[in-house]
Amino acid sequence: MKNLKIVFAFVLVAIATIANAQENAGLKLPTGFKATLFADTIGSARHIAITPNGVVFAKLMYPNKAGNSIVRLEDKNNDGIADKINGWGKYGGTGIYLKGKSLYATSDNDVYLYQLNDKDEVVDPLAPKTIVKGLIARNQHASKSITLDGKGNIYVNIGAYSNACQEKDRMPGSKGMMPCPILDSAGGIWKFDGQKENQVYGDGKRYATGLRNVVGLDWNTQTNSLFVTQHGRDQLNSFYPKLYDAAQNAELPAETMYEIKEGDNAGWPYVYFDPYVKKKILSPEYGGDGKTEGGKDAIDPTVFFPAHMAPNALLFYTGNQFPEKYKNGAFIAFHGSWNRAPLPQEGYFVAFVPFKDGKPNGAWEIFANGFSGLSGDDKVKNPRNAKARPCGLAQGPDGSLYVSDDSRGSIFKISYSK
Amino acid sequence: MKSLSLKFIAIYCCIVISFSCKAQDVAKGKKIYETRCLACHQADGGGVPNMNAPLDGASNVVGNDVARLVRIIKNGYNERIALDGLYYSNAMTANPDLSDADIANVLTYIRTSWSNKGTKITAAEVKAAKTKK
Repeated sequence: MKNLKIVFAFVLVAIATIANAQENAGLKLPTGFKATLFADTIGSARHIAITPNGVVFAKLMYPNKAGNSIVRLEDKNNDGIADKINGWGKYGGTGIYLKGKSLYATSDNDVYLYQLNDKDEVVDPLAPKTIVKGLIARNQHASKSITLDGKGNIYVNIGAYSNACQEKDRMPGSKGMMPCPILDSAGGIWKFDGQKENQVYGDGKRYATGLRNVVGLDWNTQTNSLFVTQHGRDQLNSFYPKLYDAAQNAELPAETMYEIKEGDNAGWPYVYFDPYVKKKILSPEYGGDGKTEGGKDAIDPTVFFPAHMAPNALLFYTGNQFPEKYKNGAFIAFHGSWNRAPLPQEGYFVAFVPFKDGKPNGAWEIFANGFSGLSGDDKVKNPRNAKARPCGLAQGPDGSLYVSDDSRGSIFKISYSK
Repeated sequence: MKSLSLKFIAIYCCIVISFSCKAQDVAKGKKIYETRCLACHQADGGGVPNMNAPLDGASNVVGNDVARLVRIIKNGYNERIALDGLYYSNAMTANPDLSDADIANVLTYIRTSWSNKGTKITAAEVKAAKTKK
C-alpha cells in the first residue's frame, strides 16, 4: 500500500514535470512573462484566493476525487509548482475570498467563514461560521461570487435564474415580465455584514440591480468602489430570427464591466448593450426591434468586450512585479463562449485593461492565451474541446498572477522578470 | 432457384429502401438540429460543460426511454439535469410546434450522429411515446 502511494506520488510528479516541460505551461504571454503549471487536475477550480505567505485556496464546483471542495495548495520549495496539496469541504461552489485570516467560501446558497491560523491552515474545517444563508439558486446562474470592501462588508452576486426574464424562460415568443419579478431577490449584487452570522435576505441590502449574472467582481481600492463583470444575455437569433441572424447573435450583446455605486441599475432584462452603436438597446422581449434604445435610468458599462465570452473573474492588479502599465489595471478571466455557434467560439483567455486614476486608459488586450490547448491560432469550435477554461484570478504576495481553470482543474502562475 | 433469387432481390430492395429512407430522415433531422438545437448542444453534440447537456455519448440519449426524450424535446427542461455523473444547469427551450415526424427525424439524427450508435426513431414511435406518462 505504502509502495503504491510512493508510485502514485512519483507518477503525479512525473506528470507535473512533463506538463511543465512545455514552455510557459503552454500559454502565450507578452514578452518577459513566464508561466508555470502551479497545479493540475485538482478538480473544478472556480475562484482562488492567496494568503500573504503564498498559500493558495481554490473553491471547486464539485468535490474532487479526494472528496474535497476547497483545496489548499502550498509551494514549499518555491519552484512555482505546488508540492503540498490537501483540502476539505463537501459543498460545491464558486466564491472564495481572503481578508486577513478570514477565509470566505460560498456554496450556491450560502456564504461560510473559516479562520486561518499562523501557518495559514484552517482552524476548524468542519465548523465554519455561516455568514449568509438561503440565497436563491435555481439552476441557471446559481454560483455566488464574493468580494469585500475595506469596511468589513461582503458583496455577493445573486444571478438571475433566467435568460431575459420571459414569462416562459428561453421560449420563443414569450414576453418579458414587466416589471421583472426576479429582480426582487436576484439579478443583482447584495451587501451583507462580513462578520454577522446567519444573515438572510432581510439582513442584507440590494446594492445594485439589473445585472443578469456577475461572476467576476473586485473591490477597487483606488476608487474605493465595486467593479463587476456581467455575462450578457443569450440566444437573440434563436428566439428572434427576424431581427437577428447567427452572425449578429455571435456579436450581441457585449460582455460588460461596470463600476457600481450603491443603488445602481445596469438595465437587465429590459436592455442589452450593443457594441456597434455603443448604446443600450431595448430587449426584443420588451418590444425592442434591435435598434430602439432603452434604459434611460440604467448605467453604462465602464468597459465592454466581445459577446458571450463569459468574464468569470476580475482582478485589479496592485502588485509591483509586473511592468508599470499593469499597475492598478484590470485582469479579466474569460471562461470562453458557447453561444457564438455555429461561428467559432471566443474567449478562453485572460484579458487586460489598463487603468489610470480609476478609469480605463486604453483598449483591452489579450494578456494570456493558449488555455484551450489547441495548436497555433485555432479557435475553439466546440467548448468541450477546450482543455482549460480560465475561471479565477488571484494576485500572489510577490505580485505574480494566478489563474485557475475549472475544466482541466489547473492553476497557472504567471510571473514577470526583466 | 428463380424464386430464391427473387427473394434476394426483394430483401435487397427492402434494405436499400430502408437505408435511403433513413438517410433522408437523418438529413431532415440534421436541418432541425441546426436551427433548433445546435446553438446550445453545439455542432459536435458535445454540449457545454456544466450548462448544456451533451448529446454525443450520452447514455440516455441513445437509450431506450424514447418517451422521455420526446417529452424533453416537446416541453423543454428547466431542472438541473444529472447525466453520466455530471450536472447541467441551463434551461432548455420547448418545441411544441414540432410534428411527430420532425421529432422522429431529429431524434434519429441525434441518436445516430457523432459517436452515437442508437436506433432510428419513427413518427409512430413518437406518437406512441406521447401517450405514455
